[in-house]
Order: sequence, then C-alpha cells, then structure tokens
Amino acid sequence: MSAPKTMFEKVWTAHEVVPETADTPAVIFIDLHLTHEVTTPQAFSLLRERRLRLRRPDLTLATMDHATPTRTEQVFGGAPITIDSAAKQIRQLEVNCAEFGVELLGLQDARRGIVHIIGPELGVTQPGKTIVCGDSHTSTHGAFGALAFGIGTTEVGHVLATQCLLQKKPKTFAIEVDGSLAAGVTPKDLILAIIGKVGVSGGTGHVFEYRGAAIRAMSMDERMTVCNMSIEAGARAGMIAPDETTYAYLADTPRTPKGAAWEAALARWRSLPSDPGATFDKAVHIDAATLEPMVTYGTNPGMVVAVSGHVPDRKGDSVFDAAMKYMGLNPGEPIGNAPVNVVFVGSCTNGRLSDLRAAARVLRGHKVASGVHMLVVPGSQEVKRLAEAEGLHEVFRAAGAEWRESGCSMCLGMNGDTVGKGQYSVSTSNRNFEGRQGVGARTLLASPETAAASAIRGRVTDPRELLS
Amino acid sequence: MTTAVIEPIVTIRSRTVVMPSTNIDTDQLIPARFLTTTTKEGLGKALFADWRYDADGKPQPDFILNRPEAVGCRVLVAGRNIGCGSSREHAPWALVDYGFQAVISTEIADIFRNNSLKNGLLPVVVDETTHGWLLANPGAKVEIDLASATLRIPGRAAVSFPIDPFARYCLMNGVDELGFLLSKDAAIKAYEAKRVS
Ligand code: SF4
Repeated sequence: MSAPKTMFEKVWTAHEVVPETADTPAVIFIDLHLTHEVTTPQAFSLLRERRLRLRRPDLTLATMDHATPTRTEQVFGGAPITIDSAAKQIRQLEVNCAEFGVELLGLQDARRGIVHIIGPELGVTQPGKTIVCGDSHTSTHGAFGALAFGIGTTEVGHVLATQCLLQKKPKTFAIEVDGSLAAGVTPKDLILAIIGKVGVSGGTGHVFEYRGAAIRAMSMDERMTVCNMSIEAGARAGMIAPDETTYAYLADTPRTPKGAAWEAALARWRSLPSDPGATFDKAVHIDAATLEPMVTYGTNPGMVVAVSGHVPDRKGDSVFDAAMKYMGLNPGEPIGNAPVNVVFVGSCTNGRLSDLRAAARVLRGHKVASGVHMLVVPGSQEVKRLAEAEGLHEVFRAAGAEWRESGCSMCLGMNGDTVGKGQYSVSTSNRNFEGRQGVGARTLLASPETAAASAIRGRVTDPRELLS
Repeated sequence: MTTAVIEPIVTIRSRTVVMPSTNIDTDQLIPARFLTTTTKEGLGKALFADWRYDADGKPQPDFILNRPEAVGCRVLVAGRNIGCGSSREHAPWALVDYGFQAVISTEIADIFRNNSLKNGLLPVVVDETTHGWLLANPGAKVEIDLASATLRIPGRAAVSFPIDPFARYCLMNGVDELGFLLSKDAAIKAYEAKRVS
C-alpha cells in the first residue's frame, strides 16, 4: 500500500512539525543542536535582542574547537591564548552558555573536542535523529543514520529559540559502493574518489545515502570519514543506514538509552533503513576494488588523482589553470614530485583513534624527513587519552612529530596553527581551498596513511610502499 | 510576522561587478582568520581579503573590487557554484556589509544560498547563456525585480529566476523567518508532546 521509502524520507517525515506547502517551507523539529564558539555569538545576541529564551537546553550541547589553542600550556597551564580575538570568542561562549543554560564542554573538560567527534563519542549522535550545527561538516553524524546538516548562524538562532528550522525538502542521491577496498586503500581515498566523480557541486540540493558492500564493511570511524566530506560534493547531508556495527558502537557510549529504553530505541532504529525498492532522485555506482590511495592536486576537493598518478593536463580550463598557478604544480607531472613541508594529521575527517593508529602504523620505526614539520592533533580529548594509553603519542614523538591537545587546529588555521605561504601541506582534513590552512598555503588532502608516508619520504608517497 | 528586521528589497538597479572564477568558496569570500568576531558588523573590509590585499594589507590594484568601476556596484556576477564550502554566515554578512544586494551565477551552493536569503542578499540563478553574456559584459546595467522574479538587461529579453515564494515574501517585506517560526508555537508544543526521545 504505502510506497517504499528511503531512510531520508522516513527521518524527514517523522520530524515534520508542519509539512511544506506551496507557499511555506516545512517546519522541522531538531533532536540535537550542537554548537561551538565561532558560529553562535551573533545567534545568542539575536536571542537577547528579541528577548527570547533557549527553548530546549536538554537538546543543546556546546563545545569549543575551532579557535581553541592546541598547546598544552595554553589549554591547561594558564598561558595566554595567542590570538586575542579567539580568546574573547571562547570567553563569550562561556558567558552565553551560562546565561542561556547550555551544557558546555569547555576548554579544560575531558569530554571536549571537535564537535563532530564528541557527538558520536558521547552517544548523543543516534540513528533517526535530526542533528544540526553551525558547521558544514555536521554531515559526519549521518554515518549513524541521522539526518545531520550544517546551518548558518541565523538558523542557529532559530533552533535556539524554537528547536525548529524552516526547510525545503531536499532530493535524494544514492552512492552505491560495491566490492571491497584493497589493502592500503582507505575510506578517505574512497570519499575523495567519490567527490572527484560527482564533482564539487554534483550533490547540491541532495542528501546522499552511501550504500553497498564496501560501506557495510566499514567501522563507524570509517563511515564518519565518508559522511564527513559529503558537503565537499555539495550535499548538505550524507547518511548510512544503521546496522549491527552502529548499535555495537553506540552501546558503549555514555549517553545512549540503557536497559528497556535501549531495546525500544533499537526497535525504532531497525525500521530506519531504506525499504527495498525505494527510489532515489539520482544515483552513481563505484567499484571500491578499483580504487587506489588518492590525493588532491588542486584547490578544491574534487581535483583528485591517485597518489601513484600524474597531475592531469587540462590547460585552458580556468579552474585548472588557476589551481596550477596557486599550487605551483605542472600539468602532467607525477604528483609524487610534489614537495612536502608540512604534514597535518587530525580534523573531524581523520582525527579519530583509528586514524591516529593508521598514521602510527606507518610511522613506527621511521623518522619524519628533515625539513618536514608534522603535527598530530587528536580530534578530542578522549581520543587523546585513548591514543596515549596505547602509546601512540610516543610513536609520533619518536618520529619527530608534534603531539597536541585536541581541536580543529591546522584544518582551518583559526587558532594560529597555520601552514606558511607557498608551503606544501599533506593534510588529512577536508578542504584544500586557497588559503584554507594559512595565507598562500598549498594543501594536498590525503588519508592518514598517505600523510604519514609522505612525512617520512618528504614527498607525496603511496603508503603501500612503506606498509608491505 | 510583522517585525521588519532587514531592509526590504523590491527592485535592485545596479551595474555589475564580475568575478568569473568557478567555485568561489566561502574561505575566499572571507578567510577563517576573520571569523573570531562576535558581531556581524564591519566584515565588508574582510571580503575577499586574500585576493584583495597583499601580504602587507595594501590593496591589489588589479583586483576588481579595488578598481574605480566597482565603486557603488550592488550586484556581483560570479562564476559557477559560488558559496561552496563552509557554512559561515560571515560570507553573506561580508558581502552585504560591503554593499552587495544580489549575487548572480548558474549555481549557488545550498547553505550559502540559505544564509544569503536571511540577510537581504538575493541569490539569482540564471541560465548559461545569460550568465555567459553577463560574464562577457562587466559593468552591465541590470535590474532585478523581486516581485516578478525577473532579471532585466537593457536590450535583452527579461530572464526569470527561481525564488522560493516564502523567501520572496520575507525579503520583500523585510520580515525574518524567526517571527514565522515563533508563530508556530502551538504546533511545536503539540509535536513535542508526542515526540519519543
Ligand atoms: S576540523 Fe576542520 S572541518 Fe572539522 S569542524 Fe573543525 S574546522 Fe571544520
């Protein structure tokens, strides 16, 4: 009787407070509002101006990550934060959270970290939820079968005041990934390949659903890496159906329901996956087995080649020509020729424990090449604690890399952790836009394995050469 | 929904500034180091900062916004897919603070488009032919009429552009969506009462 539904449609419908009409967008209820210091100050100001209260403190959680220092003495030792305006923004979040009653995992809290890392860690990220944050990589949480997307600051204000958003229903886009990834090829390589195939605006107006055997085989950390970069293909959200892997992960987290409530939640979650025969507005197929380690060569995440490959030659294409000029690379040359000055392992894409383990596995027994600065920044304080418990920090330090407190750090360079002008950075983050990691910085996006291998060799390196 | 919180837009008449680059992302519109602000004001001077100023903060004389013909222009014609990347609303804040009222392209990224509509910056998506003409004719005089959702260029046929009717209502009346959402309080309460969490 009822037509087969996609997971997206099920979650969307379940959150319609008022359905969309010809004249007005839908009013959608938000189950979890994550907030951080950079995109909220003006939203709290709006509440003050309009004399409004925070509607649902119980569904709102704040942390600080973007502008926070990563140097231990500045986080815990009382040393002044390098950038005054960043320090002010951090203090403003403390003031706002205290005034409006938002739970804040503040600078010295053991549960603090990048907002997209701590949501899953705490277990507040759950299947079937609507999750928003003033941050485009909110798509990460879709790995659990949540509908999670980034919003602007005005919308942050709307959610603070009403716990709702006005939204037009997006379209659906199936990303079918069959087969399995070869040894040494990671989910980061897969998502870079997907963005290369779909294009940086190919997902505009759509919600991705990643499907297929290769996705099913992934751990939650790996699924998060994939969903994280949905926005780099223009899709506001990317979802993966929950399964036993999802439930096993969540069962161990502090804030999931327990006992009978857990059983009830499980029963609900099991009904979420797209029905057989559900149709999507668009679809692409990718055979995971054909992929190799990937790296970007240009100034958007869709400009990607195999690490063993060559910079393409698209002379005459204005985007390509501008990228070559900015990156200082030559059409047709092996990407392995690119020098490496900085290596960054971290971010909401690849700053989880498994990512640090992967980088350490390559680095163990090696040294970072002379002249290369390698920075390893755990995605959360919890990731840091777990990594140190298994001695990963010793591996990084022994290799000559720096080990810091958690935060966004060099992913966007807001806190002063930047890449110098003209320098080449192999980075496990998600954006290689001009100036993203610092004025004039040249970013090559890659997996933790490729980043570590490139640090050792001092040039872009296929990690399989070191892992054999 | 009566509180006028943004300047109502009815008709925009202006010459265009053309920035033909494809995929102008929000990190170009305003680099991250300018995001440690806690207000919206004054961001216009950070607009396109890395293209607009040299390392010493001096204006790059060739950059279009530093050229005399850009003075007073309210309409930005950009290459395909402007606004991709970060959700930072600082991007439309900077454009509006600088003086822009509309952005024209063939594709405009989702979050940036939403953020623009909420700040009195009109996102105008046009066909490739019109776009090609606009790119080739910088400084063209255009008229954007919101009521009829049309872009008029003297000597050419009027072009209609898509606009969500609700967003148009809000823009034309200087009304923001928060008032509308607040008016749905009874429906929100009813939803909350039956919601399983
Ligand atoms: S790590 Fe980078 S992409 Fe992720 S939330 Fe922080 S700044 Fe944004």
